[in-house]
Amino acid sequence: MDLVLLSRLQFAITIGFHYLYPPLSIGLGVALVVMEAMYLKTRQPRYRELSQFWVRIFGLIFAFGVGTGIVMEFEFGTNWARYSRFVGDIFGGPLAAEGIFAFFLESGFLAVLLFGWDRVGPRMHFFATVMVCLGAHFSAVWIVVANSWMQTPTAYRLVETAQGTRAEITSFWGMVMNPSSLDRLAHTIMGCWQAGAFFVVSVGAWYLLRDRHHFVARTSIGVGLAIGMVASLGQLASGHGSAVTVAEHQPAKLAAFEGIYETGANADLTILGWVDEKNRTVHGIRVPGLLSVLIGGSRDTVVKGLNDIPVGDRPPVQATFQLYHLMVAIGMTLIALSWVGGLLAWRGVLYRSRTLLWVMVFAVLLPQMANQLGWAAAEIGRQPWIVYGLMRTAEAVSPTVAPGQVLLSLILFTVIYLALFVVFFVLLDQKIKQGPHAADPHDDAGHGEVA
Amino acid sequence: MDGPFLNVAWYALVGALLAGYAVLDGFDLGVGALHLLARRDTERRVFLNAIGPFWDGNQVWLVTGGGALFAAFPDVYATVFSGFYTAFILLLFMLIFRGVSIHVRSLRPGPRWRTAWDVAFSGSSVLGSFIIGVAMGNLAWGVPVAADFSYRGNLLHQLHPYALLTGFTVVALFMMHGAIFLVMKTDGELNARVRGWVRPTIIAFVLMYVLQTMATLLYLPRLAEPFRAHPWLFLAPLASLLAIANIPREMHRGRELAAFLSSSAAILLLLLILGLGMFPDLVHGNGPSGTSLTCFNASSSPLTLRTMMILALIGMPLVVGYTFHIYRVFRGKVKLDAMSY
Ligand code: HDD
Ligand code: HEM
Ligand code: HEM
Repeated sequence: MDLVLLSRLQFAITIGFHYLYPPLSIGLGVALVVMEAMYLKTRQPRYRELSQFWVRIFGLIFAFGVGTGIVMEFEFGTNWARYSRFVGDIFGGPLAAEGIFAFFLESGFLAVLLFGWDRVGPRMHFFATVMVCLGAHFSAVWIVVANSWMQTPTAYRLVETAQGTRAEITSFWGMVMNPSSLDRLAHTIMGCWQAGAFFVVSVGAWYLLRDRHHFVARTSIGVGLAIGMVASLGQLASGHGSAVTVAEHQPAKLAAFEGIYETGANADLTILGWVDEKNRTVHGIRVPGLLSVLIGGSRDTVVKGLNDIPVGDRPPVQATFQLYHLMVAIGMTLIALSWVGGLLAWRGVLYRSRTLLWVMVFAVLLPQMANQLGWAAAEIGRQPWIVYGLMRTAEAVSPTVAPGQVLLSLILFTVIYLALFVVFFVLLDQKIKQGPHAADPHDDAGHGEVA
Repeated sequence: MDGPFLNVAWYALVGALLAGYAVLDGFDLGVGALHLLARRDTERRVFLNAIGPFWDGNQVWLVTGGGALFAAFPDVYATVFSGFYTAFILLLFMLIFRGVSIHVRSLRPGPRWRTAWDVAFSGSSVLGSFIIGVAMGNLAWGVPVAADFSYRGNLLHQLHPYALLTGFTVVALFMMHGAIFLVMKTDGELNARVRGWVRPTIIAFVLMYVLQTMATLLYLPRLAEPFRAHPWLFLAPLASLLAIANIPREMHRGRELAAFLSSSAAILLLLLILGLGMFPDLVHGNGPSGTSLTCFNASSSPLTLRTMMILALIGMPLVVGYTFHIYRVFRGKVKLDAMSY
């Protein structure tokens, strides 16, 4: 099989699995900071119990995030050696910074978070929680900066070396503040907050349906919905910002997102549709002229269409279009869910309606899906480039690695990750069912409940 | 701060990160290797909780070392990881299994569940240490590299006797290091047993160390070259001998912390010796092209080296500071409670 295809598949599968966990730890981290702040303020034991419950779950998620993350750190070298040589001067920096400023902070203070309850005072414990949450956000900062540079490269020059051409940095801050960094960072983090928020809401709603742990349930729902209300709107705003940047810097990607073939002003926004790639058109529900207005503020804004982009430089249109539209649809749904849910919770209605509670239980899947869809849309929409306009994905692989080696590792990754996901799911389910007053799992009296 | 000085500084800094990894993750990998020697469930839990607060942070030294290698010497990052593809993928699987098994092993009561994860934890610790050692052995021995810096060997090349010997040496070293750590962390009857493991692991390590040194002097005289040229460098091997000799002495006097610090110093000094011997090579090439990847020809641009050095100089003192603090918070014997693994 083809080395490039195998390497891409392996990267997509490993990062996709990895990215199941970081949004939960980043978002849950924020919820934990809020909950522990409540404990610090009230000093009521039930808030401590609440925090301890979520910390236990956080620990489980974190362990899987770390395991799958280490793979990512080395995969650029193992599978994308040409790419690593070409961009190392620029791209290695943020990765190293992520280690120095984010991972050390997270993993160091995680120890206090998990095991420090009786060793340090409540203030120090709270401080550790804040540091873990901050560390998780820093890791998002650096990795998104690195990825954004691949999307919209700036502050570099091409240099000939004895081993071929490579990109060298001309300004570190220029690289960090590349055109898409800020919007994409805000958007990614809002996506993580939503994942965490709807996760705590989902567990809370489930407890209410089972008529258990009322305090933990209501507090979690309240905290989660509050974060969700902020994040869902932030998601829309930052997503809009991203789209404007994409239109300017990656016109082929925007055209694929929106299914635009003809260049022109007064471009339509398709709400829902199907791309007819053969006839170069999109069937569906559209709002005339809205895309031009959203991108440039007026109907006269010209949007570049795929017809004006060389065939070899176009991303796969149907996939990019559908992934993107699904993400946006989920985004709109989440705005509605968090605001309607928040209002009803405030009125007390939410806690009595079994239907609404069931909706909230399953809503946890939506942000997770949107996060995956969003990355897939952004990455597939960037094809055929690995570094936009500079290097093609096909030129980026490791030339000395045999396709058979990648096939083997790909199969192993898939099998092992699936098995680990089952383990993760079973344990998560168990922890949630045990609930906040879990008997010590090592205490034999607890066995009946656990098994 | 510019010119070749920066390249040398980065050679030292990447070395320091990897040495930090060896000292810190070394003890928890060693605990993993000894894990199955603990018989009862509570004993195994004591082992896991001895490293519980630390292993994740320890592993970040490897992650950051990898990132720093990528930033400062991208060609080395590309050549080594793609060249040793299968070995490194295997190492990554070991690291995944280790992290997950430490965390999930005690979450369910069943003896089958726990034993399975015990085996996964211990096996992945041993194999992980071994692969790290084999990789080091290969770098010391030299690998075939083409003029374009690409690796021109295969998996079999990577399994030659010297590399395997280094693999075993590293496993023995980490077991010794881990056993001493466990003495500090356990008490009562378990402590007495763990104490008994220290001597055999020291003997095993010293044996491997002697073999390794002989093989190196015999087959890799190039690594001794810098020491002949600058005799004062012999201070490093001398200090390493003293550090190793000091371990049983401190154990005998009941000063476990001092013994642990000695074995940490021994690891640092052994890596220092390797670094001095190899300088300026990061990947010694023994192929027909005569190309090696050095800290001069495989580095990033001066601007990147400088910027990243500044970031490292700001960040690493902070890291060392709070790491030290966290080790202090969790000092003393392990006590199991509701939040333990
Ligand atoms: C720092 C870099 C970086 C980051 C943060 C991400 N990616 Fe990515 N992604 C790449 C760097 C990259 C890459 C190395 O550039 C790949 C490999 C081949 C390619 O074309 O791009 C890629 C490919 C790639 C593909 C396959 C696209 C294709 O081959 O057509 C998918 C589905 C994703 N990624 C998904 C993700 C997800 C879910 C991410 C969430 C964390 C993510 N990417 C973050
Ligand atoms: C290709 C890109 C990526 C690489 C190379 C990568 C690398 C890593 C590594 C090495 C770890 C383990 C660190 C440790 O040992 O503590 C990790 C964990 C983590 N990563 Fe990634 N990562 C990638 C994508 C992302 C993205 C896009 C985000 C967030 C937006 C992210 C957020 C995190 C977080 C929060 C953790 C901590 C573990 C957890 O919370 O689950 N990562 N990553
Ligand atoms: C509310 C409507 C939304 C809009 C208008 C929107 C817009 C966008 C755009 C334009 C991109 C591409 C950016 C690029 O390629 O540079 C993107 C990517 C992404 N989206 Fe959304 N999005 C929305 C909702 C969501 C939701 C609800 C989530 C998850 C909870 C989400 C998660 C992501 C992620 C993870 C990416 C990839 C990272 C990035 O490129 O920023 N999005 N989104």
